[in-house]
Amino acid sequence: MQIKTMRAGPAAALFGAAALVAAAATTGPATAGDSAPEYTVVDGYTIPEPLTETPGDPVMGRKWVINRKLGNCLSCHQMPIPEEQFHGETGPALYGVGDLYDAGELRLRMVDPKVLNPYSMMPAFYKTEGLHRVRTGFEGKTILNAQQVEDIIAYLMTLKDTSGARAAADN
Amino acid sequence: MTNTFRTPGASALAAVAGAVMLAATPALAADGDSTRIDWGPYKVGDVRSGYTFAGAQTRAMQDDEFQNPAFLWLERGMDIWETPAGQAGKACTDCHGDAEESMAGVAARYPIYFEDWDKLMNIEQRINWCRENQMQAEPFKWETDEMLGITAFVKHQSKGMPVDVSIEGPAHEFWEKGKAFYETRRGQLDLACTHCHVDNEGNLIRAETLSQGQANGFPTYRLKWQTVGSLHRRFRGCNKNIRAEPYGYGSDEYTNLELYVTWRGNGLPVESPSVRK
Ligand code: HEC
Ligand code: HEC
Repeated sequence: MQIKTMRAGPAAALFGAAALVAAAATTGPATAGDSAPEYTVVDGYTIPEPLTETPGDPVMGRKWVINRKLGNCLSCHQMPIPEEQFHGETGPALYGVGDLYDAGELRLRMVDPKVLNPYSMMPAFYKTEGLHRVRTGFEGKTILNAQQVEDIIAYLMTLKDTSGARAAADN
Repeated sequence: MTNTFRTPGASALAAVAGAVMLAATPALAADGDSTRIDWGPYKVGDVRSGYTFAGAQTRAMQDDEFQNPAFLWLERGMDIWETPAGQAGKACTDCHGDAEESMAGVAARYPIYFEDWDKLMNIEQRINWCRENQMQAEPFKWETDEMLGITAFVKHQSKGMPVDVSIEGPAHEFWEKGKAFYETRRGQLDLACTHCHVDNEGNLIRAETLSQGQANGFPTYRLKWQTVGSLHRRFRGCNKNIRAEPYGYGSDEYTNLELYVTWRGNGLPVESPSVRK
């Protein structure tokens, strides 16, 4: 088994896991992301360990995927969220994605999809390294904080494929 | 004031040809399949103007000079063309005469390599170069109504003519830089221009249909802006949307990018001033 631990920035190195737990406990849901992402990719395809101690909340996750300042997932993906118009189509539809992957695999796809596909269009939602010319005010910050990532994973796990949902996605 | 834009009969030959060419309304295939619209000059091989991705209403607004709000800026530009300014007491027309003749085809060739600067020059920069050197007038600031008006006026004189920028000789290295910019991921969202305008042409990103990001319609009246804007404003918008730090108006980075983006659309008709969502 190959384990690769990511630590971004001096803050992470200094405070390590303690900083992460503190951030998770104190960061409000709609604030900017953590500045010290830390996670462990296992065998290049999964992040089995949750990023926070608090289990993800699927109801909050559904809000984050809609929120244009946070997940904004609908800009690229179709999801079973009928009250929102105009779902994007640059990424695959996510109906049934909870059947396709387990939580660890979804976590890696949220945290840093480029581990799986270096050419991916999908942003890394929980990474600060290797970015270029990040706009003032966003430098060193992740798009989502750790709890938001966990909430979204919990929501995605509720997306089980049904032929009805498929049909809705196709029209 | 005589409004020359609305009397194409008086235009130079080439301009008339262009106007007539663009007047042809794209024909919807008989079965109404929008993928089979004959886009006429707006589609050259695989190269498609933003016009072909725009909605029917937006296109109609662009096509009708009385409805196209950018024509207000154009009229402002025509006034500027004729009004003396600066220490030299000259107007554009004193050196260039009738814009319909002297400016026909100019915008189709810009940005150009400008030897004195040993770098590229676009139309806005040429206009300010004339103001500073020939008229001894203050340069126009980017995105002022004056700058947008005179730029739209000058570019409009090439309406319908195919974009034909050169990337030969000394221009080539600047084209290379523009190309590298276009292909470089940037911002917190870590996207390059290519991700949206090459890989996802025609796809929806939320409510927007991604076009090829062509330059041939600028300056453009953008409904979202409620005003006319330059190509560099558009670049800044696309950079900011992916949370990348934008470059300045008229910066070398954006002028090089302008050459690359304009070159991608060689063969498309100059459409200025276009209307976009
Ligand atoms: C800018 C476009 C974009 C955004 C924004 C985006 N994605 Fe993606 N996503 C993609 C693309 C493209 C893929 C296809 C795989 C790849 O290229 O990495 C993908 C793949 C996925 C997958 C794997 C799907 C499969 O069938 O294999 C999941 C899960 C996913 N995205 C979830 C999300 C969530 C949740 C969000 C928001 C927090 C999001 N994406 C935001 C573009 C995007
Ligand atoms: C996240 C997606 C995205 C990225 C990345 C992006 N753009 Fe855009 N761009 C858009 C959208 C959406 C529009 C409006 C619809 C359209 O014309 O595509 C647009 C419009 C444009 C237009 C206007 C086209 C017209 O016909 O009026 C130009 C020019 C342009 N982009 C250039 C660029 C350049 C150059 C880059 C890179 C520096 C870039 N874009 C990066 C999404 C993007």
